Amino acid sequence: MQRTKVKPKLAVWKFSSCDGCQLSLLDCEDELLAVAGAFEIAYFLEATRAQTRGPYDVSVVEGSIANLHDIERIKKIRAESKALITIGACATSGGIQALRNFGNYEAFVRAVYARPDFIEGLATSTGIADHVKVDYELRGCPVDKRQLLEVLSAFLNKRAPRVAPHSVCVECKLGGAICVMVAHGTPCLGPVTHAGCGALCPRHDRGCYGCFGPAEGANPASLSRHLAQLGLGERELAELYRSFNANAEPFRKEGAAHDNE
Amino acid sequence: MLTQSNGVAAKVAQRPAEVIDRAGLGALISLLQSDGYRVIGPQVGDGAIVYETLASADDLPAGWLDEQSPGHYRLVRGPDAAVFAHTVGPQGWKRVLFPPRQTLWEGERDGSQFSIEPAEIEAPPTVLLGVRACELAAIAIQDRVFLEGAYVDAGYAARRAALFIIAVNCARSTSTCFCVSMQTGPKARTGYDLALTELCGGGRHDFVIEAGTERGAEVIERLERRAAGPEDLAAAAAAVERAASTQTRAMPPDAEGILKANLESTHWNEVASRCLNCTNCTLVCPTCFCSTVEDVTDLGGDHFSRERRWDSCFTLDHSYIHGGSVRREGASRYRQWLTHKLAHWHDQFGSSGCTGCGRCVAWCPVGIDITAEVAAIAAAAPAAPKDKR
Repeated sequence: MQRTKVKPKLAVWKFSSCDGCQLSLLDCEDELLAVAGAFEIAYFLEATRAQTRGPYDVSVVEGSIANLHDIERIKKIRAESKALITIGACATSGGIQALRNFGNYEAFVRAVYARPDFIEGLATSTGIADHVKVDYELRGCPVDKRQLLEVLSAFLNKRAPRVAPHSVCVECKLGGAICVMVAHGTPCLGPVTHAGCGALCPRHDRGCYGCFGPAEGANPASLSRHLAQLGLGERELAELYRSFNANAEPFRKEGAAHDNE
Repeated sequence: MLTQSNGVAAKVAQRPAEVIDRAGLGALISLLQSDGYRVIGPQVGDGAIVYETLASADDLPAGWLDEQSPGHYRLVRGPDAAVFAHTVGPQGWKRVLFPPRQTLWEGERDGSQFSIEPAEIEAPPTVLLGVRACELAAIAIQDRVFLEGAYVDAGYAARRAALFIIAVNCARSTSTCFCVSMQTGPKARTGYDLALTELCGGGRHDFVIEAGTERGAEVIERLERRAAGPEDLAAAAAAVERAASTQTRAMPPDAEGILKANLESTHWNEVASRCLNCTNCTLVCPTCFCSTVEDVTDLGGDHFSRERRWDSCFTLDHSYIHGGSVRREGASRYRQWLTHKLAHWHDQFGSSGCTGCGRCVAWCPVGIDITAEVAAIAAAAPAAPKDKR
């Protein structure tokens, strides 16, 4: 029976990002009507030009803080939102663009842009939680659409999201996938990587490359010693941790430990 | 045929061992399938031996061996066409009896009312083919966990009662095996309907077959077979003896006492520096039984269910209570696992929780070895203030 409640207002915001995580929401083809039925889509430029002013019941934020306007904008969004959920590697750790954090930002800008003087960027790319209070962080590059639905569903039903922070190994074992590192010698970041993808790569005979960022209690230093035994050099190890979640603390630290340049 | 309760097999009067050949093994599988069983047994999958439903004996991993060492597993070609020359694969039979994910109940909202339906328990008649002695010991341990005491796990009980178990005596050990030191193998002693010992090589490919239950004996009656001669029995005994004598790994005696006396050992931190907290040891362990329960709803909250899935003492959520997780450090989580498995299990269930299968050693990505850690904890211990004569 339909309850006659006011539908919560949902806003979806983009910061420095590729839009892939927002598209995960549009990718929920079978559930999209249910989402549209459960929420009033108040702001979601990837989906509709229609915009409703705040305040919002829930803001879903994609992307990292990479320039000065971002900081002002996220503060305004926070002030207008009852709940703020960040989605994806950019919003939760700074994303692939956080590679700038380990290089010379001025040199990058000069190399990339014809008119560097037009660029008002920050020397670092950081996650949203470094700037405002975040109520929930959903990991992944991109996020998993089932997990995104789960988080929205949990919000609607006022329960804890069923999003476990354990390692990808748990997903391999639950699904009966054979460990690619133990059985094949394939380097794999699964033991230090946050679950959520359903062990997509190991199930297809590839090592995990850490796109969901660090798992709880991750011990990358121990894993690196083992990966070195499998033949990975220092530079390869540094690059392994320096991808989509390069700025997430355990990966940032481990990448730096192998960066001898 | 499937009338036993709680999977406790009726004892059978001693029946002399008999011999079937390779075709006889195929006939055994077909016969049980025609009796309505699904037969789950070893086969090659993704570079490992996995336990999956067999279409026929042709699916068995003929000619494959496993080489295992800490953090390492490889399938290699063996010298002959033996189908059970491998040891234990990454997945135990736990997957069958205690599935990784189970729906406990489902519910629906109807206005201000709601209804709840318990999930249907699926327990089709199932043959487990190729169960090793350490795995029989593991099933016996999980039987105590799930079937004894005040709270019987209905799903486990139903699946357990639907089993017909064909054990295989190991003719080979791999470097991670230590069943001899846990006194669980390599010969199957109890807990099976039928037991096989493979005799392969020298122009023969036979199986010594023994019944452990009346219904096992009834199945043998329907097979083409011959009585086992002294040379068959000698060859079977030699095969098991070879598996036992080639074991290189052993659990130190009195692991229970060592661990209980060293709860504050400095070695826990040393292990934690290597431990990945990845949970693999617990999830491949055939006796680990921890699970967590989660509620699932759809967006509207009109359909909901309660789901149970494997959990591990290496996750922070496992010890989460009001205010936070109790075991925040890797060292305390590793200590919890090891002391429960090897020490406090005795107090709780009357035996060790380890059967010596070696899975936690092989499938730890960084090769942490449970036997070596117990030995290291013993070695790191301050001299015990024992009375000197």
